[in-house]
Amino acid sequence: MIPAAFAYHRPKSISEAVALLSDLGEDARPLSGGHSLIPMMKLRLAKPSDLVDLGAIAELKGIREDGAEIVIGATTTQREVIGSELIAAKAPILKQAAMVIADPQVRSLGTIGGNVANGDPGNDMPAVMMCLGATYQLAGKGGERRVAARDFYQGAYFTALEPGEILAAIRVPVPAQGHGYAYEKLKRKIGDYATAAAAVVLTMAGGRAASCSIGLTNVGETPLWAEEAARILVGSSLDTATVRRAVAAAEAITSPASDTRGPARYRTKMAGVMLTRALERAKSLAR
Amino acid sequence: MPSPIPKKTHVSMTVNGKAVDGLVEPRTLLIHFLREGLGLTGPHIGCETTHCGACTIDLDGKSVKSCTVFAVQADGASIVTIEGIAAPDGTLHALQEGFREMHGLQCGFCTPGMITRAWRLLQENPNPSEDDIRTGISGNLCRCTGYQNIVKAIQYAAARMSGAEFKEAAE
Repeated sequence: MIPAAFAYHRPKSISEAVALLSDLGEDARPLSGGHSLIPMMKLRLAKPSDLVDLGAIAELKGIREDGAEIVIGATTTQREVIGSELIAAKAPILKQAAMVIADPQVRSLGTIGGNVANGDPGNDMPAVMMCLGATYQLAGKGGERRVAARDFYQGAYFTALEPGEILAAIRVPVPAQGHGYAYEKLKRKIGDYATAAAAVVLTMAGGRAASCSIGLTNVGETPLWAEEAARILVGSSLDTATVRRAVAAAEAITSPASDTRGPARYRTKMAGVMLTRALERAKSLAR
Repeated sequence: MPSPIPKKTHVSMTVNGKAVDGLVEPRTLLIHFLREGLGLTGPHIGCETTHCGACTIDLDGKSVKSCTVFAVQADGASIVTIEGIAAPDGTLHALQEGFREMHGLQCGFCTPGMITRAWRLLQENPNPSEDDIRTGISGNLCRCTGYQNIVKAIQYAAARMSGAEFKEAAE
C-alpha cells in the first residue's frame, strides 16, 4: 500500500508552518504523528499535495503548568502523556484515556494534538477534553485564537480549524483537588475504536455531587458533552434512581451509526453502561 | 500553490549502529526503505494497516510500526531492527534464546516484531508481570501460538537478564 506522491516540508517554527500551509493551499496537510493520516493516505482516502511535518517544531512539544491550566503541546505523543508526572498528579483522566488508545507502538508516535484536531468521532481525547472544559490554542497566518473544545467539533472530520490553521496547544483547566474521574471505554479488542465510551469528572461534598461533567465518545457525528445528564446529577448522592435518569438523558443525545461495532440501539445502550460505570468509579475516587 | 513533487530526497540515519543513507521519495514508508533500500528484511510487512506489529522497529528509543512512518520522518534517527538484537559475534540475545527455548513461535512471521517490541519493553520495565507483558505486546499479533509461549519466552528473557533462572516449561 503506497500513498500517492506528495512534497514534504519540515519547518522549524509555528510561523513557518502556518505560512507554508497557507501558501501551499487547501490540498496541503499538516503531519503530526501521522497515525490517522498515513493510514488514510495508504488507502488513498487522503491524497495531500504537500505534507507539512510538524515534528521538528520544538514549540509544539511538551507539557507544562501555566497558572490554573496544564498546557499540552500539540505534538506531544500519547506515550509522553502517559509518562507525565504532572498529568498523573493533576489530571489523571488524561493518562487513563491515553492508556486505552490503540497500542504501545501507536502511542509512541500518535499525538494528542492529532487525536483532538482530526475531528474523527472515534478518537478518545475529544470527549475527554469536552468533559474537562479544555481550550484549543489555534495558530494561523493571522495570529492565534482560542476555541473551547465544547465549540470545536462541527461534524465528522469537520472542526473549527480554518484552512491554513494548526492546533498549537491544548489548555486544560486543572480539575479541583480531590476530584473523581473515569474514562470507561468498551471496545472489541486492543487497537479498536470505542463501541461507546464515557468520560466523567466530578467533585463530591458531604456525600453529594458538587460538580459533574460528562463526555461521550463515538456515539454521534461528533464527540458529545452531556450537559443535561450532568445537571441532573449535581446535588444528588448519585443514587441509583438519579443515575438512571441521568443515563437516560445522556442516551437521548446520542445518534451512533449501526456498523460492525453493533446496531445503533446497542451502541446507545453501551454509552449508558459506560456512563454508569464511569460515574461509579469517579465517585469512588472523589475525596 | 502546491509544490512540484521532487523525485528523491536524501536521508541519513543510524541503523543497528551503522551510519546509512539513501535517496527516497517522500512517500517511501520506512519499512520499504529498510527492506528494499537497506536489505534489512527482518522487519516484516504484515497487515500494512498499523495493526499487526510485524514491522515493529525501535526508533529513537521507542517501539514503532515502521509501516506508518515515512522514511523522510526518520532522517537523523537512530534505529534498531531485529538484525541488531544479537551480539556482533552472533551470540543470541536472551529474548532470542527465550523464543527458542519456550517455543515462542510457530510460523515465525510475527517473531521479529515480537522480539524487537519485547526488547524495548524489557528496557522500559525489566521486571514485568504477566499482565505487563500481555499489555506491552498488545500491538503485536500472532496467529499461531495463542501467545502463551511468547509470554513465557519474554518471562524467560526477563529472568535471564536479571541473573535468575526461569523454571517453567513451554506449554
